[in-house]
Amino acid sequence: MNLTLKVWRQKSAQDAGKFETYQVSDISPDMSFLEMMDVLNEQLISKGTESVVFDHDCREGICGMCSMFINGEAHGPDRGVTTCQLHMRKFKDGDTITVEPWRAKAFPVVRDLMVDRSAFDRVIQAGGYISVNTMGNLPDANATPIEKHDADAAFDAATCIGCGACVATCKNASAMLFVSAKVSQFALLPQGQVEATDRVRNMVQQMDLEGFGNCTNTGACEVECPKGISIENIARMNREYLKASITA
Amino acid sequence: MASQRGLFGTSLARKYWMALTGLFLITFLVIHLLGNLSIIFGTGEDFNAYAAFMTSFPPIKIVSYLLYASIVLHAVDGIVLARQNMAARPVNYGSYNGAANAGWASRNMALLGIFTLLFILVHMKSFWYEMHFGELGLDANGNKDLFTLTVTAFDQVWYTAFYVIAMIALGFHLWHGFQSAFQTMGWTHPTYTPIVQFVGRAFAVVVCGAFALIPLYVLISPNV
Repeated sequence: MNLTLKVWRQKSAQDAGKFETYQVSDISPDMSFLEMMDVLNEQLISKGTESVVFDHDCREGICGMCSMFINGEAHGPDRGVTTCQLHMRKFKDGDTITVEPWRAKAFPVVRDLMVDRSAFDRVIQAGGYISVNTMGNLPDANATPIEKHDADAAFDAATCIGCGACVATCKNASAMLFVSAKVSQFALLPQGQVEATDRVRNMVQQMDLEGFGNCTNTGACEVECPKGISIENIARMNREYLKASITA
Repeated sequence: MASQRGLFGTSLARKYWMALTGLFLITFLVIHLLGNLSIIFGTGEDFNAYAAFMTSFPPIKIVSYLLYASIVLHAVDGIVLARQNMAARPVNYGSYNGAANAGWASRNMALLGIFTLLFILVHMKSFWYEMHFGELGLDANGNKDLFTLTVTAFDQVWYTAFYVIAMIALGFHLWHGFQSAFQTMGWTHPTYTPIVQFVGRAFAVVVCGAFALIPLYVLISPNV
């Protein structure tokens, strides 16, 4: 395959940045999108120019690092995948592909396609944990019976990899899907319910402080989420926050 | 503002107020439509009696102030939310395929809302203001003759066209907004949420369609 790439180039957070156009040829349809980007970078390096900076790590769809906005969609046109799981066969020979970083005030661009997602870490630090010392003397996990439905829903919420596709794809750059998944994974389990009130209030407060937008319930986030996190989690967080605000 | 907690100021709290005021305004639409239908199914005197009742019956007057407050709160809160949302993405995408993952109405709620607000202002100036503070003649029963004013207004093509367009905009606003309010309040359920979604969309089409039909009926019908 021969492709034209319009790639966002930005030297630093302060730099304005602009699109650069590159040609790549002899791309195999079996390559992942990141492997295609590797080909581009090798080409750029052999010419003595700066390679395109992008985040990547596991390349098997579990780390959530590869944050590329491809042809107007988070992780490209395929569903339920990260960029490393997106194959070049999803494109046609001769296509022009636009590649951009996640765009949100809370995710400043570090360089080229790499953004700073530490806003998510600070939301977790605000309450995305249980205050239990896990050093020794733990009761048997199965000693606390948990309804199968709740256990499954908590597990589904916990599969969130914090990639930020929900923020990137949301027209408001809202982090509601991420935060609600992290609230839900605790709210559904007895261990998490002890601190549920403070958790949801603190995490929502931190989410707002980071400058994420508000939720319009468009549902775009759950469509683009590589882990299929449902907006039912957002409804659950809305319930949790309402309950916490009235009772606290 | 962003550092607040509780039922005011936070992103979630602002959405609760949007949802609650929105749902209250939706209930008002039903009452308003039932009265308006007297233009088609009743006489001019029936319509004037309805208008007189709505502006004089004390419990309705109390609810009307709640209604005005809800319109203002829904509009102001909506504008604040929309501004925050724009600020949350200071640099736009070069390529953004919003249609790939969300419906058109859900992506244009602020725009549809602003147009609806504009409509409400024109509508209230034309009829509400005239009914309360204008110089209207009296009908055979001694009620203010709002009917003649209404019919005269809707016999103008441009005015009726504006109403029909406004009702289409409101229909799209409710198409998304009705069920969105339930999601925002956390009132979701595997069985009932699909029903809420269906009812919301049917409501948007039927109610806004009926509202749009009335001026069209006045315009087209030779009898009114």
